[in-house]
Amino acid sequence: MSVARADAPAVTAGSADPGSSADAFYVVGAILLLAFPLFASPFFTFQIGAYSLVLGTVALSVMVLGGYGGMVSLAQMTVAGIAGYTIAILGHNGSNVMGLGWPWWLAVPVAILLGAVASALIGALAVRTAGIYTIMITLAIATAFFYFVRQNYALFNGFNGFHGVEPPKVLGVYLRDPVPFYYLSLAVAVFFYGATIYAERSTFGLTLQALRDNPRRARAIGFDVSAHRIFAFFLAGVIASTAGVLLVWFNSQISPGSVSVGAAVDSLVITVVGGIRRPIGPFIGALLFVILQNFAVDLVNPDRFNTVIGLVFLAVLFVSPDGLLGLVDRLRTVAAAQSLRQAVPPQGHMPNQGTAKD
Amino acid sequence: MKHPAVALSSAIFAALVLWLFLALWPAWLVAAIGPKKVLVNTIFNGVTLAGLYFLVASGFTLVFGLMRNVNLAHGSLYLFGAYMGYAAANWTGYWVLGVAAGFASAALVGVLMQVMIFRRMEGDDLRQTLVTIGISIVAADQMLAVFSGNTYQFTPPTWFDGAVATPIVTAVKSNGDPVVMMYPLYRLAVLVMAIAIGVALWLFLNRTRIGMMIRAGVDDRGMLSVTGVNVHVVFATVFAIGAGLAGLAGVVGGTALSIAPGEDVRYLLASLVVVIVGGMGSVTGAAIGALLIGLAEQIGLAYFPTYGVVLTFVIMVVVLAVRPQGILGRPA
Amino acid sequence: MTIAMKRLPAVAAALALLAGTGAARAEDTIKMGGLATLEGAFAVLGQDSFRGMDLALQEVNYTVAGKKIVVVKGSSDASPESAVKATRKLVEEDGVQILIGPLSGSEGIAVKDYAKTQPKVTFLNGSSAAQDTTLINPAENFFRFNTDGVQWMAGLGDYIYNKKGYKKVAIVAEDYSFPYSQVEGFMLPFCKLGGHVPSKSWVPIGNKDFSSVIAALPDDVDAILVVLGGADAINFLTQYQQAGGTLPLIGGSITADQTVLGAKGQQRKAVVGMPSAGPTADTWDDPRWKAFVAQYRKAFPDGFPVPSLFADAYYMNTKAALLALAQVNGDLSDGGVKYREALAKLTFETPTGMVKLDKNRNAIADIFVTEVTEASDGTLLNKVVSIAKDVDETLGVPQAEFLKNGPASRDNPDCK
Repeated sequence: MSVARADAPAVTAGSADPGSSADAFYVVGAILLLAFPLFASPFFTFQIGAYSLVLGTVALSVMVLGGYGGMVSLAQMTVAGIAGYTIAILGHNGSNVMGLGWPWWLAVPVAILLGAVASALIGALAVRTAGIYTIMITLAIATAFFYFVRQNYALFNGFNGFHGVEPPKVLGVYLRDPVPFYYLSLAVAVFFYGATIYAERSTFGLTLQALRDNPRRARAIGFDVSAHRIFAFFLAGVIASTAGVLLVWFNSQISPGSVSVGAAVDSLVITVVGGIRRPIGPFIGALLFVILQNFAVDLVNPDRFNTVIGLVFLAVLFVSPDGLLGLVDRLRTVAAAQSLRQAVPPQGHMPNQGTAKD
Repeated sequence: MKHPAVALSSAIFAALVLWLFLALWPAWLVAAIGPKKVLVNTIFNGVTLAGLYFLVASGFTLVFGLMRNVNLAHGSLYLFGAYMGYAAANWTGYWVLGVAAGFASAALVGVLMQVMIFRRMEGDDLRQTLVTIGISIVAADQMLAVFSGNTYQFTPPTWFDGAVATPIVTAVKSNGDPVVMMYPLYRLAVLVMAIAIGVALWLFLNRTRIGMMIRAGVDDRGMLSVTGVNVHVVFATVFAIGAGLAGLAGVVGGTALSIAPGEDVRYLLASLVVVIVGGMGSVTGAAIGALLIGLAEQIGLAYFPTYGVVLTFVIMVVVLAVRPQGILGRPA
Repeated sequence: MTIAMKRLPAVAAALALLAGTGAARAEDTIKMGGLATLEGAFAVLGQDSFRGMDLALQEVNYTVAGKKIVVVKGSSDASPESAVKATRKLVEEDGVQILIGPLSGSEGIAVKDYAKTQPKVTFLNGSSAAQDTTLINPAENFFRFNTDGVQWMAGLGDYIYNKKGYKKVAIVAEDYSFPYSQVEGFMLPFCKLGGHVPSKSWVPIGNKDFSSVIAALPDDVDAILVVLGGADAINFLTQYQQAGGTLPLIGGSITADQTVLGAKGQQRKAVVGMPSAGPTADTWDDPRWKAFVAQYRKAFPDGFPVPSLFADAYYMNTKAALLALAQVNGDLSDGGVKYREALAKLTFETPTGMVKLDKNRNAIADIFVTEVTEASDGTLLNKVVSIAKDVDETLGVPQAEFLKNGPASRDNPDCK
């Protein structure tokens, strides 16, 4: 899979008519997303729809670092947690600890900024060693934060964390209600999705991908490798922290469990299962994860939920290193090739797995 | 050590440590840092825990050093070896057979992982690492299904059991009799085992043919295969040893403490921190890292339990900030 | 284009199918939800919880006042997030009118908070035992017919001080809210009698190597109170034994339960004779308890030898739900208003004695002080040595006065 490759086919790989198919896909997708609360029950709007979008946004920040920067981080859930804790500490909570009562319009930007700065600091530690070290160091940092909040009562209220963290009423709309919360999550997700697409082709985005593919050459040309990577961590931190604010509102509570090793691993699993190379991948992974989480109890024995998740994850890694999206692409390639009976060779190509060197 | 100032300060430090261990503490010292019993015990505990950490982490670092494979299922191998060892010891009645079974079963799984999975994605570090995460998720859940959430404890052989008198006098009773510190024999045995295995590993790597191949492979994988060595055999051997050590540590650690779900993550994290601090790929580094982390954990637990768990991570962050590749690591 | 368009109807149909559920609700059935932990290390306890719930339902053959009771079960992984998600699914998607659960303390607080957003649904606790669930900002529609972690230690402080004669006790406990409550329940009466607790060792939860903690324990105390659960308890007890520790040990409610007593290993030597307290006792020569144990064993031959306190708590709460339901003739058409009035007034006989509710809808019940004894077949069991009658949530102190003590924490209460 090696995210350290640049020759990944674009979204349109293998389809017979790339432009219009993608357009139609986007139009249909947009209509479905916008109309979803109209025909879905409040439960589906909130716990499936909105939650997938929020979780997908956290995973998007993993994808930004991993897909463009070649830095697989397990600390993005930690960053989301830092923002979430900040909301609980600065705003209101039901735990009678901290809860400084700041208005939401002040607490939210501060939380996002704090999260992003924390992410940059984590990046500063992680990018000094390249490649596979990042995953280990971020895992260790995530664990350290988990232990710290669990032990600290003065600021983080220890093991219990904070409950009763309610989203605000804005212009008479209570953001906790399923439909407003859904559209809020959708707006945030779409905003960051769009921003990612834009940034991918920006100077910074292209530089980051160049650093991923060949840091040594990029350094020789004169790029400051560390500074670029740390800034990427900052930007990914903005995405993760914003999602973290939504996450604490969604759960209306935050505790060490929200930033545990399990939660960190989940965020990576979601990203990889959906597809770590394209910004839409994390959202697809999140939707699948949330549906499994809610309905596995009805389908299989709930105590073996983790085996199901793990096997899906492994299957994706073995069959399609580019996640479910890569699988869709490949099926399309096969279908196109068959229908055309070799009249036209299939466009694009799947990256040959397992031969990449970095 | 060449510099006279360094030599002098180490000598003073060594003398101070010796004095702290052997002398009877004056009252002002007890008032300042608590009873001697606590400090000496804590240091003993830290060093013996380091032995256990070294057993787990040496396999982890060996596999990484040669194959660049960050095996995040290493903790699962620890727990798997422990369960298998328990089953064997329970069935045969011999603890030693349990240790052997722990090593053998984990080594077998390690070889299978290498041959059936990692060989197929050689050179793709990230994908290998992600696969190990997947394996650890499934393994943890399946072990929970089979062995349930119960806690298992080994019964060590009687010649390992109980406490022994150490030559350290912690206090003097009012009637003038010295109070000699007692220490659990098994924990000392863990330390001896760890040192023995460490020495064996060093001899294996430095004095045998295959050890030389491994070291050559660590330095330059490409060149090693060019020279006609069957790298697949070398890789499989290293994976067997690395995984086997994790399994063996599972039995040894399960006897000192216990085995229960969640221990896989604990020992994975311990190994991670130990090798990040000591330097990835270096067995000697793992020993140094284990000593630092083991001591830090026990001192934290005894003197400031609230943030003791965080202390090990603080050490890690400091090392990363000063020397990103770890104490004995080579720049990546 | 064609590919995307062809897929559309299927997707829309699937979504419509997903969205359309949970609407129809037949008049002659009542939907009851059950929530317990079936994932992770607590799964064994979650299974036993559901045994308790099933037992109460089997007694009435899943029928009350001619109405069939349909049970939908949900699972959490013991985290508050997962508990609320599972609760939300049961209430909003499956449409349960009565919910029994959850299992653990912080889950209980989270579900209570959620209950406030669903005033028409009636929530009964499962086995969660955090005091704050009902004492601080209680929810009108959340009822708890089992006792909490502070109540569980009632009577132990008195027993230790007066009967055992231990005046100075050191404490080793896990560093989180449940042990804080347990220590509070022990210390409030113990300190009031004149006892002293010179040292408390709060050990991070999940720590397995207690050797340095043991070395740091003071020598000049009469006994050590150990509030550790499961694997942590087993490790401490074994290592205390190995280190040559000789002081008598006192146990918390989960330190002397069957997960520790039933485990194989060397901790067995350390626990015989250990006093502790809790809402159930393995061997109580009372016909109500004996009948319950017999009933449990008959229904679940593969269960525990004795129902755990989780099975007992789920049983009591489910039984309360069914008794009140019978009183209102199964009528929940008013959104459960009459039903909740009936629940609040309910007093009934349980396997562990009479239970009634206080004004915060928390149980007032009997607590057992026990000592570990070795049965003739070698199994370790808790034997009742005294019973604390009608223990309420604030241990007999008026609520306002009790709240003045402040929340239980590492340093509160304190009597060095």
